[in-house]
Amino acid sequence: MANIISDETIEYVGILAKLELDGEEKEKAKKDMGSMLDYIDKLNELDTTGVEPMSHVFPVQNVFREDVVRNGDDRENILRNAPEEKDGNFVVPKTVD
Amino acid sequence: MNIMSLTAVELGKKIKAGEITALEAADAAIHQIEKLEDTYHCYVTVDKEGARKRAAEVQKQIDDGTLNSPLAGVPVAIKDNMCTKGMLTTCSSKILGNFYPTYTSEAVLNLEKAGAVIIGKANMDEFAMGSTTETSAYGVTRNPWNKDHVPGGSSGGSCAAVAAWECSYALGSDTGGSIRQPSSFCGVVGIKPTYGTVSRYGLIAYGSSLDQIGPVAKDVTDCATILETIASYDEKDSTSVKRDSYDFTSALVDDVKGMKIGIPSSYFGEGLDPEVKDAVLAAAKTLEEKGAIVEEFELGLVDYAIPAYYVIASAEASSNLARFDGVKYGYRTQDYNGLHNMYKKSRSEGFGAEVKRRIMLGSFVLSSGYYDAYYLKALRTKALIKKEFDKAFEKYDVILGPAAPTTAPELGKSLTDPIKMYLGDIYTISVNLAGLPGISVPCGVDSKGLPIGLQLIGDCFRENKIIRAAYAYEQTQKRRDCPTVQATE
Repeated sequence: MANIISDETIEYVGILAKLELDGEEKEKAKKDMGSMLDYIDKLNELDTTGVEPMSHVFPVQNVFREDVVRNGDDRENILRNAPEEKDGNFVVPKTVD
Repeated sequence: MNIMSLTAVELGKKIKAGEITALEAADAAIHQIEKLEDTYHCYVTVDKEGARKRAAEVQKQIDDGTLNSPLAGVPVAIKDNMCTKGMLTTCSSKILGNFYPTYTSEAVLNLEKAGAVIIGKANMDEFAMGSTTETSAYGVTRNPWNKDHVPGGSSGGSCAAVAAWECSYALGSDTGGSIRQPSSFCGVVGIKPTYGTVSRYGLIAYGSSLDQIGPVAKDVTDCATILETIASYDEKDSTSVKRDSYDFTSALVDDVKGMKIGIPSSYFGEGLDPEVKDAVLAAAKTLEEKGAIVEEFELGLVDYAIPAYYVIASAEASSNLARFDGVKYGYRTQDYNGLHNMYKKSRSEGFGAEVKRRIMLGSFVLSSGYYDAYYLKALRTKALIKKEFDKAFEKYDVILGPAAPTTAPELGKSLTDPIKMYLGDIYTISVNLAGLPGISVPCGVDSKGLPIGLQLIGDCFRENKIIRAAYAYEQTQKRRDCPTVQATE
């Protein structure tokens, strides 16, 4: 395998991805990501000098619409999906000491 | 006669003529589900009561003349990544195991306006990531043609439900082949429209620049009719495109005289099952005999589509799936220590292995130091691939090839080697990268009795050409319903 993923890298990616992997999962993730990157490295065969990155196939930019409220107050139904709610608010763990 | 053996348009006509009521149609779908769902498991949720109630309402509107659509009263299955107000929408993930949307996706809303009766939510690969429907957190779906084989994916539940007559038609979504490949494996017809044709509002995003909703049905006429119903310009989707025409059914013409069809020679090389190859080339021959001009050509960069796709799709997925954090909806872990630990544990427990794999890869290719080398490189490759197609469509009306290199694999054989599974998307993925429309039409069965799919690809906004070619080809074939489903009659 050409791409060796280090413990530090997988740790860092875990922080970015907000995922917590256990020991076995971590080893598998290192292997999987390494072999995926080996495969993706095929793109380096292509000369893309001077080619603009294409994020969208059609030239769509700055799509605006009038900023008007069209939906009603659906607080009750929205909060019904919340893992925890109190007095019409989402409950989250303590974030500030 | 089983009502569910009818195509959606045939059934719609009978409902309109008063020969069958919408309630009888809903009951027929429910009956079929009660008979076969234990075997095939096409659905995550079946809403029998809701469907019956809705069918009765629709019937009233048909009777008083307010509903006049060809699909009024016809039962439909919706892939479980499209929000349906008040109806469980899981994306086949544990993390959305208790999610009841407060609004309905635009495509489904368009169907409802046309009098559709939703029977339930179809199973899929978790967050549409997979090619077999085996990554669903709610169990695998089995292929009605042979229950030891996968239905394909990620819209496997939608396609299997159509093949098993557990609905009259279905909606799927296609990010890298997720409508066309399972349609091919299940012997049904599926269209992935030009990017921007069907609103993505309310479609739970995977790879936003690639995702499109499309129809799955028994024949081309159904698919054109459904597409005409769900396609619309939508201000709520910033990538929605205002098309000149939303008429797809007038392309249902049995005439391909003079149509120029190109066959990419690289689509018929290594890795293609010989039986699939023969069936697809026989279909090309049929179109030639009907007057089309068919020739081989070189389509460049075919081998670069899959690596570019997995960079782009994973990058977008890592960003799109950041919203699942255990705060506003979905799964929250039981024990945690502070906010960040709650996020991490909820996500790690809520997502399955394939989803985590893609989020990790996506986070990596977007991270500083790798963004240029991987993400921008993939976007540049995408631009080059689009150019290859532009060149091809200067010469050809339609590109013809297989939908998938093989017929449906056996259950349990695909997930151990992800890259091998990804290679199965070779003929479908570049179509998403270039934003093109594609259709999969059945073109025979292999020696194991499994269906083979023909893929026709059109230039952007040229659905009419692929619909016309697919329709003309279909006229030469006898409709082949799934034999095991017919045998249960």
